[in-house]
Amino acid sequence: MPRRSNNVGVSDIMEDIKCDIVVVGGGPAGSMTAKWAAMHGSDVLVIEKRQEIGSPVRCGEGISKHWISDVGIRIDNKWIANEVEGARIFSPSLKHIVVNEKMAGNEVGYMIERDQFDKALAVDAAKAGARYMVKTSAVGLLKDGNNKLIGVKAKHMGEHFNIFAKLIIGADGFESQVGRWAGINTILRVNDVESCLQYRMAGIECDTRYSDFYLGSAAPGGYVWVFPKGDGVANVGIGIQLKYLKHKSETKTYLDNFIKKMPGLKKGKIIDMVAGAVSVSQPLKEVTKDNIMLVGDSGRMIDPLTGGGIASACIAGKIAGNVAAEALESRDFSKQFFQKYEKGWRAELEEKFYRNWMAKERLSVIDDITFDKLADILQDVKLEKLTAHNLLKVVKERYPEVVKGFEGFI
Amino acid sequence: MIKSDKELCLYCGACVGTCPRNCINLKETIIEFDESLCTKCNLCVRVCPVGAITLE
Ligand SMILES: Cc1cc2nc3c(=O)[nH]c(=O)nc-3n(C[C@H](O)[C@H](O)[C@H](O)COP(=O)(O)OP(=O)(O)OC[C@H]3O[C@@H](n4cnc5c(N)ncnc54)[C@H](O)[C@@H]3O)c2cc1C
Repeated sequence: MPRRSNNVGVSDIMEDIKCDIVVVGGGPAGSMTAKWAAMHGSDVLVIEKRQEIGSPVRCGEGISKHWISDVGIRIDNKWIANEVEGARIFSPSLKHIVVNEKMAGNEVGYMIERDQFDKALAVDAAKAGARYMVKTSAVGLLKDGNNKLIGVKAKHMGEHFNIFAKLIIGADGFESQVGRWAGINTILRVNDVESCLQYRMAGIECDTRYSDFYLGSAAPGGYVWVFPKGDGVANVGIGIQLKYLKHKSETKTYLDNFIKKMPGLKKGKIIDMVAGAVSVSQPLKEVTKDNIMLVGDSGRMIDPLTGGGIASACIAGKIAGNVAAEALESRDFSKQFFQKYEKGWRAELEEKFYRNWMAKERLSVIDDITFDKLADILQDVKLEKLTAHNLLKVVKERYPEVVKGFEGFI
Repeated sequence: MIKSDKELCLYCGACVGTCPRNCINLKETIIEFDESLCTKCNLCVRVCPVGAITLE
């Protein structure tokens, strides 16, 4: 039996740990960073506050396909539930357009078992040599007399201890506390947070070939998703911009109301409930300081239009892991050195995030009538590629008032 | 007073990441508030997908 202690200092039971790199958070961002750093020989410790990596799932479980092998992830049927051909985007009066998988954004391609996926990434990182500790939370940062970051204060099974490290990776997801403890501003505007709720529903009618998105006042500033997992099961969820939420529990009310109106969903049984929030902000100005880098959701690396963040967490994780190993080799953990990481992830993601943030800002104020008209237009316009940019171009031609102020960008 | 209803909370961390003062902590399944930092902005109440938080 571990002894319980309430004292905030260093426990005499849990010994302090030393490592090169401490990664806070065992999600995709943390495990990818850990894997790539460990592959280059760094001594990496990942701490995860939950008792089980990847569980409970907090995700719609949709990902696109093209980036997976680039970041060194082996496709494994263990974590693939279904493969979809494309997306159907529904207007408020349920007119829809079909977009093929390659053009449908970063949540369409595979439907995954997210708990299995996160575990597979952790296994890969562990195989590369990373150490893991679950049920272990970071509760603060360690600083020396010169205010330099030298590790994290941690707690495992009620016991406090210190982890001394040359480099801290904040991969703590939406909560994003590690960065804020280090003075990196990850605070979000009310326009840039989506409050989300999802039911996994069994016994519903849905087309397993498509991931469905419903726009309009059913989900102000966001959308409802129905992502099919096969066998009459789908993740049915909603994201609503915080700006539009005024009262308690509104997110749930919106989702329940939507389901009640859909005959194919109404009869479904809820076998799982997932809550969460997603940031849909512009890219942050900085995600590094001396001795610390933020990766994934903690650095607000989510596509602001779709709310998908698994791909970006993995892409940024690979870059962060490589830069971390280089920093170790050069014995340089300065913010200046980490510009390599800032440049790397921004080259991959920043421009798209910025454009999609603009598109989100515009789309989130469009009313139902306009959405329906847009759906009509898009029925006949053959878009070679349904990107936010192309979509806005069409909007500009037909409804210049909607994109007023954004003409330059288009 | 700020409270989280344990019977409703799905411990998702939406309130933690939304709080502009970083005064909410999620200890695996338990939400803790540091009321000395709270400005009663109500964002945690609004963002909570299931209405588990009350501010009085
Ligand atoms: C409802 C919902 C649906 C979504 N659907 C999709 C989707 O379909 N497709 C998609 O691509 N993205 C989706 N996302 C976003 C996606 O889940 C995230 O972008 C992704 O999980 C980011 O990975 P991460 O590693 O940065 O963070 P996370 O996966 O959140 O991992 C962070 C980890 O850090 C741990 N942690 C936090 N604080 C501490 C601490 N102090 N000490 C130790 N450990 C800590 C947490 O327990 C967690 O395990 C969705 C999000 C939500 C909320």
